[in-house]
Amino acid sequence: MAQLLDLLLIVALAVNFAALGISRIRAVISAVALQGVLLGICPLLLHSDLGLRGIVLVAVTILLKGVLIPVFLIHAMREADIQHEDKPLVGSMSSLLLGAVGTGLALMFSSTLPLAKDETNLLIVPASLSMVWTGFLMLTTRRKAIMQVLGYLLLENGIYLFGLLLLEAVPFLVEVGVLLDVFTGVFVLGIIVYHINREFASISTEHLTNLKEEP
Amino acid sequence: MIYLLVLFPLGMAAAIYLVPSNRWRPWLIPAGGCGHLGLVWTAIYSSAAGPPLSGLEGWLILDALGKVVLGYLSVLFFICSLYAPSYLALRSDRPNRVFCANLFGSLAMMTLVSISHHLGLMWVAMEATTLVSAPSIYFNHNPRSLEATYKYLLIGSVGIALALFGSFFLAYSAHKAGLESTLLFDQLVKDAPRLSPPWLHAAFVLLLVGYGTKMGLAPMHSWKPDAYGEAPGIVGTILAGGVTSCAFLALLRVYQICRAGSEAEFAQQALVGMGLFSMAIAAIFMVRQRDFKRMLAYSSVEHMGILVLGIGIGSLGVYGALLHMINNGLTKGVLFLSAGNIHRAYGSKSTDVVRGALTRVPWSGALFLAGFLAITGAPPFGPFISEFTIATAAMNTGQYVAGGLYLLLLGIVFLGIGATVLAVVQGTPPEQEQPRSYRDSVGTVAPILLFMALVLLMGVYIPPPLESLLRDAAAFLEQSGKP
Repeated sequence: MAQLLDLLLIVALAVNFAALGISRIRAVISAVALQGVLLGICPLLLHSDLGLRGIVLVAVTILLKGVLIPVFLIHAMREADIQHEDKPLVGSMSSLLLGAVGTGLALMFSSTLPLAKDETNLLIVPASLSMVWTGFLMLTTRRKAIMQVLGYLLLENGIYLFGLLLLEAVPFLVEVGVLLDVFTGVFVLGIIVYHINREFASISTEHLTNLKEEP
Repeated sequence: MIYLLVLFPLGMAAAIYLVPSNRWRPWLIPAGGCGHLGLVWTAIYSSAAGPPLSGLEGWLILDALGKVVLGYLSVLFFICSLYAPSYLALRSDRPNRVFCANLFGSLAMMTLVSISHHLGLMWVAMEATTLVSAPSIYFNHNPRSLEATYKYLLIGSVGIALALFGSFFLAYSAHKAGLESTLLFDQLVKDAPRLSPPWLHAAFVLLLVGYGTKMGLAPMHSWKPDAYGEAPGIVGTILAGGVTSCAFLALLRVYQICRAGSEAEFAQQALVGMGLFSMAIAAIFMVRQRDFKRMLAYSSVEHMGILVLGIGIGSLGVYGALLHMINNGLTKGVLFLSAGNIHRAYGSKSTDVVRGALTRVPWSGALFLAGFLAITGAPPFGPFISEFTIATAAMNTGQYVAGGLYLLLLGIVFLGIGATVLAVVQGTPPEQEQPRSYRDSVGTVAPILLFMALVLLMGVYIPPPLESLLRDAAAFLEQSGKP
């Protein structure tokens, strides 16, 4: 089970790099959706006796992260008629490099973390830290609003992954609450992105500079 | 009973959403505000003696601290709800269905935050307040409010995602120590001395940054001037008085766990440092600020700084901070609503255009001026008492540097706000080609007068029941610190 889980997480980490290196927004949405599905499967491998609630949680996660959010984002993207992130603040090569450095550091750092005994060998903590880092990278270096939303999703995926270590602490109700909050957040952000596009004929956040301190 | 506190505003939100008439819908708001106030009043007094109200197997408990926050939130919302119908009548050009429903949505979520004793549930409710208040900031549907909403949502969501990460770290610190990992507040406070210190440390940092973003502490405050500057005054009041106080409560819960654990000293220093830094940043941006609504946002940053500073100073400062949360919120009500009226009367919020508000809208102008005196800590208003209490606490506990800086920054802020406010209220109003139709009316002035009356009351006489609630809450916060 543990090997299968590690394999899954390695694929999820590879998806991080795909999200950083690709400029076609449609492809990045698919990548994030794939990561959502992979994370959705994780609880099945991590805890052998999940029970009905666990199964429901797996289903809800996959449905929201893997289907509903991506479909909605693709819809928002079509409405906005935008295909590429053409001029990020940091180019795709450099962001890949930064992502790799971050992932390396996450791996090194987690080996020094005081983890509980049975979790020292798992990839969960480094994978989670690396996803959070990638999410931040996308949030800060991409100009298209929709790419920033995808960055937020990666960040949230990382946090979700860490939460999987804590089955008793994060009960069903809270997990579903968190998922719903994320979904609604993306939904509202998607609507805002649509309005930004209508208002400025672009979803680049570089137009959002009216509000600042006057000199 | 405890479920009703949350379900009633949710029900109101649904009912309001179903009312078809744009004209009559806003009148349900005061009814709902009044109903919630009644429920909260009953809840607080029915549990005055005896065990606290609880529900969901200890996930929901109305404790001493929750009573102060919930009672205050309900009063704040009630007065805002009185203002809503006249405001929305002036804005009859815009559909208000979502706006009205969201007001109650945020009330329900704020109530849930104040009674949550499960950090995960509290997080869900806190994030939900962000989501339901976002459409209200976009009420004006123009490019500027769009930009403000996008920034508010993205910065707020990312910040609060970090708070979730921190909550997980907190649970992990119990897991690491060989205890059952949990996010139940009471369990965590009890286990606090045994929690794994490095994880507790990291959790506190993440939670401080996360909930600090929602409170608008510097340097995570950048969404605040934009959101408060573009949102209608009534939304500004609910954000600056309500949502930020909920985030403050969330931070207090975390602080209480850290205080009971190994992180007491670090947490206190972090809060004092963060508080002073927020005050300093706010002071810098308030001097020569020409946009009077953005100025109010920086004032909010400043007062959030005062709140965490008071908690960090400890002893009497805790009582002072809780009192100041109430005083600040009520005074922000005066300022945001009167600023909204002045904005309406001139069609601008820049001191380049807005002059002579005392002549054009005498009531709003005078209340704006009085609100300025109150918020900067002039006697005999409420904030004077609470700001003075915090200063006394700093001096009594020998924290002279923090106390001195605090007083100095209060002075700078006074000068900064003063220049802007006086520019707004004094002078002769500019000639306008098309005179704007807004004039002060009972509906738009009376609620502000009510806020002002409460601010004055809090300055001269704190009602004994409130006083004892505040003492209980401060004692509740302080007790867990003792081993």
